Amino acid sequence: MSEAVTPLNGADFEGLATIKDAGLSGMITLRGDLASKEVKAAVKKAVGLGIPLQRQALSGQGTAVLWMSPDELLLLCAYDEVAQKIAALEKALEGQHFLAVNVSDARTVLRISGTGARETLAKLCPVDLSPGAFTPGMVRRTRMAQIPAAFWLDDSGVFYLICFRSVADYAFGALKDAALPGGEVGVYG
Amino acid sequence: MLILTCPCCGVTGEETEFHQGGEAHLKRFGPGSSDDDFHTYMFAKENPKGAHFERWRHNNGCGKWFIMARDTVTLEVYGTYPAQTHEPPKNIRDAITAKRPGWTWRDFA
Repeated sequence: MSEAVTPLNGADFEGLATIKDAGLSGMITLRGDLASKEVKAAVKKAVGLGIPLQRQALSGQGTAVLWMSPDELLLLCAYDEVAQKIAALEKALEGQHFLAVNVSDARTVLRISGTGARETLAKLCPVDLSPGAFTPGMVRRTRMAQIPAAFWLDDSGVFYLICFRSVADYAFGALKDAALPGGEVGVYG
Repeated sequence: MLILTCPCCGVTGEETEFHQGGEAHLKRFGPGSSDDDFHTYMFAKENPKGAHFERWRHNNGCGKWFIMARDTVTLEVYGTYPAQTHEPPKNIRDAITAKRPGWTWRDFA
């Protein structure tokens, strides 16, 4: 089998924020009726987590569940466990109307950390990223410069951003540009 | 710049996160309809100065379609509501009436 690599191949940049290729991540799109007990049980079985509230994320040991839309979740797990998780989901949801797809190679994940992380993202996304408005555990799908992107904030203040693999280079370049030293705005203190 | 709230995911965002998708509350006439009906459906659009109803999609967000009532002159957003609604809800009509008494839009008032 061919060796899987991320499109950015481990790139990182140190500026106002640290932007880093988060490496290979397992990502599963799960669509279905999020209110149903079957979906709840299936997610619990696959990644050991519950169903997050609207625009929230739940994370566990190496796994996470992100609320993407009223009928869509994104499950995160280790890259090599995806097939097994999908099999678990398919078994648990047999007979239900649902969709579970491996999107690990269609998307890429970037890690944005450091004191300038909020400002770096705020330069590119039309989102209120002030500490009072965007709190840990929140997920936001939005526009980042010219591309769609989704990001969430974990408890340690690190942003994880997901975008399509095909535009990973653009995303990294745009973030790098926004984090160039000398471009401080200081709007978030 | 329009600031609107997606009724499907609850995000309040600005218009570049969304995309306009034409007039709302259209009654479609397809194969088998009369030429007049088809012509009216296809070409005779509203072009109001004031309150207007449009379909929008949260294309950089949750991806869902919804309907927005806005003002073409002041760019005020009167409100948004789910696409599965056949006529504007009362709170939206009231919001429009407060700003534009006596408004009409197709059969709605």
